[in-house]
Amino acid sequence: MAVTAERTLSMVNAVGEAMRQAMEADPSVIVMGEDVAGGAGRGGAKENSMGGSFGATKSLYPLFGANRVRDTPISEAGFVGAGVGAAAAGLRPVIDAMWADFTGLAFDQIYNQAGKMSYMFGGQVRLPLTIRVAMGCGLSAAAQHSGTLYSIYTHLPGIKVVVPSTPYDAKGLLLESIFDDSPVMFFEHLKLYVSQGPVPAAPYRIPLGVAEIRRPGSDVTVVAIAAMVARALEAADVLAAKGVDVEVIDPRTLSPLDEETIIGSVEKTGALVVVDESPPHCSVASEIAAVVSEKAFDFLNAPVRRVTAPHAPVPFTPSLENVYAPSVQAIIDAVHSTA
Amino acid sequence: MDIASETLLHLYRTMLEIRIFEQRVAREFRTGEIPGFVHMYVGEEAVAVGVCAHLDDDDYVTSTHRGHGHCIAKGCDLDRMMAEIYGRQDGLCKGRGGSMHIADFSRGMLGANAIVGGGIALATGAGLAASVRGSRQVAVAFFGDGAANQGVLHESLNLAAIWKLPVIYVCENNGFAESTPASYSTSVVDVASRAPGYGIPGVVADGADVLGVYTAARTAVDRARAGEGPTLLEVKTYRFMGHFEGDPERYRDDEERTALRDRDAIAALQAHLISAGHATADVLAVVREEIEAAVSAAVEFARASPFPDPADLEQFVYPEQPAREEVA
Repeated sequence: MAVTAERTLSMVNAVGEAMRQAMEADPSVIVMGEDVAGGAGRGGAKENSMGGSFGATKSLYPLFGANRVRDTPISEAGFVGAGVGAAAAGLRPVIDAMWADFTGLAFDQIYNQAGKMSYMFGGQVRLPLTIRVAMGCGLSAAAQHSGTLYSIYTHLPGIKVVVPSTPYDAKGLLLESIFDDSPVMFFEHLKLYVSQGPVPAAPYRIPLGVAEIRRPGSDVTVVAIAAMVARALEAADVLAAKGVDVEVIDPRTLSPLDEETIIGSVEKTGALVVVDESPPHCSVASEIAAVVSEKAFDFLNAPVRRVTAPHAPVPFTPSLENVYAPSVQAIIDAVHSTA
Repeated sequence: MDIASETLLHLYRTMLEIRIFEQRVAREFRTGEIPGFVHMYVGEEAVAVGVCAHLDDDDYVTSTHRGHGHCIAKGCDLDRMMAEIYGRQDGLCKGRGGSMHIADFSRGMLGANAIVGGGIALATGAGLAASVRGSRQVAVAFFGDGAANQGVLHESLNLAAIWKLPVIYVCENNGFAESTPASYSTSVVDVASRAPGYGIPGVVADGADVLGVYTAARTAVDRARAGEGPTLLEVKTYRFMGHFEGDPERYRDDEERTALRDRDAIAALQAHLISAGHATADVLAVVREEIEAAVSAAVEFARASPFPDPADLEQFVYPEQPAREEVA
């Protein structure tokens, strides 16, 4: 679907607008995290001097105040756990956990508490919790500020996982996530924060579990995640010039995963390449490859190919980091190998 | 504190309910009919009862793996509790949780929790919800001395202190984290002595004296409802039974067990009720009979309830989503 709107917005501002509109619509929506306002308690211009590490929450504090926009101590287990408890007690918290890599400090709260409460309590509880994190390599942020981690959360029953690749999707998917009654991990790629795109001003929601075909094609299916979508499209352009017609699918959410769209595409093209900037072991790329191998094997004309990061943490130095995530050339090579 | 006869009898009845329920669960567990394992609250009844006596249905508690007492004190239905322990469809959690995960959201019981310290941050968040809404609700986190050394307790105490959340942190110090003595694992004699490190009151009460627990909890709950913030209430108690049913308890000796069992809050309150003229021995005997009948009925209810249908294995993984509504 090509989006047209009179206005363009960066992804970081699209995310901020979604939070603002959710808070306007529902008084039970609160935002909390480290530096979501900044300068808490200092008064005057010092307050709200940050608006989140990346500026996503900047517009909220002046509108909703300290009761609903809460700076937290650096205390991930404490404030993520408090978010889980607040959700169980009727709020719709949106937690800014800053970087995906920091969620390890709160893993028990996400995995053992939020993710299991609905099941182990027999469906008694709604857990409308959204945890926003930044992720991805490309800023020399090094090993503890660049990880993706969405594969880990996709593994967990009871958790939903969202990975937008455009400002339009970021707004619609975040509004949907906030009003979803399950815990949602919402991954925002750092390299995409400044990317611009058309975003309607009015609130809108995009259902979770619906993939988007970014480029229709007939020869090879490429499934790409978050920042890899743009690289896959770039590769597709190069390949088109060589007469290879690539279909690029952006799953948009990893849990639930829109298997139907992916399988439908493979049934048409007969080949699959999955592009994921995570390490490959037990990853989303592996999961998509397995789903297609099980459910569309008879349609495959070549082995499924995964194009991923190496089985390594993200390096600091540009010479290494530049070759960490899948390159356009690696995608092109993988597509050729399926021919 | 002057406590009305009616309240004293409520404390007695609820403690005895827990005692008899737990003893019956232990007995039935040995028949092999109850799956998994169970952790008995016998000996610690005064903690849950003395605290929860101040709570309404819309106040919140989070509990522990040793959670039956908190559930009963918070008003959970005995039949549906027992059915849950038996893994049956009519259990409070439809058999999906079992003994370690009983919850009843209609009573503000946000779940027993089998991660040591797992409920602490959740209660903090329930207190946050009350605070954001400006309601007069409070939240209570029950946890053991084992959880006193979990980092999440420290993070939660700090968060509740800076935001003045209406949360009461109740440490049930029964002296042992499974087999490891608190005297070994904990850097201070009184967990409550850590409270000043967070700028909040720390209070120690005696778990053999339910009126002492009740009085200390009153102050903490009043403080929370008044918007003055959290309290760390430590209750020195003792579990009369093993860590779990079947625990050989080689880390304790008979002398210690006997000495501490002689300090039984239920026996003490019973003696007080009779000597102070609040009730006669005959009246209390009737109370006991009524509870025994109710617990027997709960066992029968549980046994009569079906096991969940295997076809429903994946039900409840995600909460049921109401129909989509448009935003704004």
